[in-house]
Amino acid sequence: MVVRFEDVGFDRGGERMILAGLNLAVDSGEIVAIVGRSGVGKTTLLKLVNRLLLPTSGAVLVDGRDTRDWDGIRLRRHIGYVFQEIGLFPHMTVEDNVAVVPRLEHWPADRIRSRVSELLSLVGLGTGDFGARRPHELSGGQRQRVGLARALAADPRMLLMDEPFGALDPVTRVEIRREFKRIHAQLRMTVILVTHDIAEAFALADRVGVIADGTLITLGAPAAVRTADDPRVRALVDTVPVLSPTMVP
Amino acid sequence: MRLLQFWANHRDEVAALLLQHATLVLISTTAAVIAGVPLGILATRRPRIGRWMLGVVNVAQTIPSLALLGFLLPLPLVGGLGSRTALTTLWIYALLPILRTTVSGIQQVDRAVVEAGVAMGMTNRQLLWLVELPLAVPSIMGGIRIATVIGIATATIAAAIGAGGLGEYIFRGLSMADSTTILAGAIPAAALALAADAVLGWTGRRLASARLSMTLTLKAAGVAVVALAILSGVTYARSGSDAVVVGSKNFTEQVILGELLAQRLEAEGLRVDRRLNLGGTFICDRALRSGDLDVYVEYTGTAVTAVFHQSVPHDPRVAYDRTRELYAAHGVTVGRPLGFNNTFAILVRGEDARRLGLRTIDDLRRVMDRWTPGFGHEFLQRDDGYPGLAKVYGLQFGSAPRGMDLSLIYRALADGTVDVIAGDATSALIDALNLTALDDNRRYFPPYDAVPVARTASMLRQPAIGRALAALAGAVSEGEMRRLNAAVDVDKRDVRDVVREFLARAR
Repeated sequence: MVVRFEDVGFDRGGERMILAGLNLAVDSGEIVAIVGRSGVGKTTLLKLVNRLLLPTSGAVLVDGRDTRDWDGIRLRRHIGYVFQEIGLFPHMTVEDNVAVVPRLEHWPADRIRSRVSELLSLVGLGTGDFGARRPHELSGGQRQRVGLARALAADPRMLLMDEPFGALDPVTRVEIRREFKRIHAQLRMTVILVTHDIAEAFALADRVGVIADGTLITLGAPAAVRTADDPRVRALVDTVPVLSPTMVP
Repeated sequence: MRLLQFWANHRDEVAALLLQHATLVLISTTAAVIAGVPLGILATRRPRIGRWMLGVVNVAQTIPSLALLGFLLPLPLVGGLGSRTALTTLWIYALLPILRTTVSGIQQVDRAVVEAGVAMGMTNRQLLWLVELPLAVPSIMGGIRIATVIGIATATIAAAIGAGGLGEYIFRGLSMADSTTILAGAIPAAALALAADAVLGWTGRRLASARLSMTLTLKAAGVAVVALAILSGVTYARSGSDAVVVGSKNFTEQVILGELLAQRLEAEGLRVDRRLNLGGTFICDRALRSGDLDVYVEYTGTAVTAVFHQSVPHDPRVAYDRTRELYAAHGVTVGRPLGFNNTFAILVRGEDARRLGLRTIDDLRRVMDRWTPGFGHEFLQRDDGYPGLAKVYGLQFGSAPRGMDLSLIYRALADGTVDVIAGDATSALIDALNLTALDDNRRYFPPYDAVPVARTASMLRQPAIGRALAALAGAVSEGEMRRLNAAVDVDKRDVRDVVREFLARAR
């Protein structure tokens, strides 16, 4: 899936523009990370892709088609969504959580069953009785893995990730990032990831963009962003004290 | 011990009333779930309608149950004497907790969970059925539990409008001031509430832990609703409408008079449907005018003041004529007076009356310097109570009048705490405690002559009603009424037997 933001503006009717004249093109299969401080419109940017929001001006094109022309429900079924709070359904088992979208898409039962066990082993929960457990019986890292499996369940060609691993402890975070890179290498879906943690962006993304004042102030390979001159970019980059080798692919 | 005896003697009746009680609550609560859950869902989808809806239901909840019954009685479809009005009232009371818990149950679903559902491409309907409702189930079950327990408590008032249930015993006991009878109804009602609470609590926990299939739940709910519809149809199929419906208010004298009317009508070969022990003047009047009652006994003074809100003429004949005119305008015929006047009576101890030669209220002036009067609180306050009495008769007692509860006042006179009281002219206690009523020689108290009031339309349809009422004209003197009251209240005899014997004697 390819996504293009063309001169996108967005506001909620108030004085303040959240996004203004934002341009971005994401190619099929690449991981693009958008970094910015809290409240600069990162989540808005993701919601514009799966049509939870529509732009006030400009256009967002998914596979060349304006999101205004997409059926929101159909679009969302083909785009996985992972976010910090995860939002696992507490009344369902892990298996049922992962099976939600395939069931909504009326997959046959045996195909759903094999898909669920395939996904659980993909995210490292294939052994033991994880499938039958409830979300509250899992650790934070395990929950995030289930969230990822659920987002991948119906073979989406794109993943939107909103601070996906932010709530995890550092060790688990590093581990799950590595797993994610492996999974992406295998499935090659397009990924747009937003985060305030530039280290996460550097660790995961092919290209990193920095968002400020409603627009992208830089976009490029991690190495280029790391050496950019813009003081707003520097302010973010300088928060990363030491780059551990495990974080750099 | 007496309570166990009572239950043993009335085993079948207790079981029937318990079943009736449980059925009332089951039907009304289920109907409240069927209406309340969808309305609650609507309220979360349209917050403005939701606020408005909760406001209305909140207000309805604050209406006292008896008043609500009174308002509903004359309405078509939901009203009428009997179970429909009771079911509607219970339904209204059950609606609030269910509506509330549905709304809060859905609103307190974790925002992240809802967001995940939306982002996964769930439609509004899928979000509701797959995520919001299952997560709101524990909250809704809590609401159903509250509604059921409130319903079981409130259903006791169903007896006030002739819908049966365990309230029958409670009302009967209250009117006879008999705590055994009250407990005979109150204890099973409390036990029913506890049992229902336990069962629903258990069901709620099972539901929370079970893997919920929504389609299965829906099917089960559907089956339950159909079963309930059949059950309620069977329970409340209306019996034939050619029976004459006889009512009475909820105190002993009224129940006796209702039974008297009923037996007299049966003697004329009519079928009678007894709706005795209805909750007061307001409900009897509503039922009479809406056609749910055909006949009951009213008092002229009460009719003019409480029903038509006018002041009462003190001449009994004028008061009777006024009563006839007022009722005639509403399609109600007033029969000839039964023969007694249930007015206030100024009472003294019998021995004092004999010793001091007291016959009229005027005679009190001879002893008032040394005497202490006792009056009910209302009688003491109202202008047409003690203040007016004192002015008309020029009374000024040695000690200030003592205000006391009406139920205690007769005993207070008998044991010498007070020396003169205002009581009820037909009270059974007058004879039992050997009291004497002084003659109201200046006609201070308005007349409360007992008169049968009947729907004119019913009398035209069944002329035998008129014959029965005519036969009762002048049949019950004040002394006779006191003896009948005493037979039931003091001797604890069955109302039917007491009335049967009275009619046999009168013939």
